[in-house]
Amino acid sequence: MSATHAERLERLIQSIPYVRFLGMTAELAGDEMTAILPFSPHLVGNINIPALHGGVLGAFLEMTALCQLGLRDPNGRPAKTIDVTVEYLRPGRAQTLYARADVRKIGRRVANVHVEAWQDHRAAPVAALRGHFLLSGGGDSSKPA
Amino acid sequence: MTIDDQTIRAIAERMVTSTPQAAALNMRFVSATPGEGFLAVPWREDLVGDPATGVLAGGVVTTLLDHCCGLATTTRLWPLMGSATLDLRIDYMRPAIPRREVIGVARCYKVTRSIAFVRAAAFEDDEADPIATAQAAFMINGQAAPAGASA
Repeated sequence: MSATHAERLERLIQSIPYVRFLGMTAELAGDEMTAILPFSPHLVGNINIPALHGGVLGAFLEMTALCQLGLRDPNGRPAKTIDVTVEYLRPGRAQTLYARADVRKIGRRVANVHVEAWQDHRAAPVAALRGHFLLSGGGDSSKPA
Repeated sequence: MTIDDQTIRAIAERMVTSTPQAAALNMRFVSATPGEGFLAVPWREDLVGDPATGVLAGGVVTTLLDHCCGLATTTRLWPLMGSATLDLRIDYMRPAIPRREVIGVARCYKVTRSIAFVRAAAFEDDEADPIATAQAAFMINGQAAPAGASA
């Protein structure tokens, strides 16, 4: 079962150009995914600190949610983001960032997902996201409503 | 003290060229006035989020809007500095059109003693037909910007 999950995840990650642009990878423990964003100079938003770009933090959290949803629905089209709220809790320092997504609810058409990202300590998150995602096969796929 | 056009342009140019992530996205400065800023990201194959459609990843739009918010607060608050983003909410209205540059605009519409509030939108041609809209809040750093500092 976990081999299947791993294959799905690998296929998903390899298929999205923007995931490769970020340099994002992921590890699996069964069906639990930890997304990993190794530090790279092109991710920096503030060179004085230096800190990861706030947009990169948001993008990584969103991609973590989408990958977690992709694991649940391997044959469907990727979920579409309806809305996300990103809370910035601490500066993202020049080191590896990790994230885990918690799918709070999967409805017929919409999934509610929480994601948290951390660096040294999981109990001290760098950023958190709450988002709504439109699942594939839920009616008109061109519109989120 | 209000900010002059030359200073605005210098800040904006520095924000797109000296910020590594903005440079990596090939972000370009479009225009800005105090409290309002337009930036753009050209379409590129390696920024695509859905290879079946060629649509730019939502994360690219997120970064563009965040950066526009930074520009709008910086020009509005100058010579004080905006600092930490507290939160950023993004609503996605529709996919970006493949192979088209995406333009972002942010407006800092309210400033209190400690917080700046900003709205933003991303679009190709018409701001009234947005790809995404955003709402953000920033903490204001009480210190004046050092000469030559970017946002």
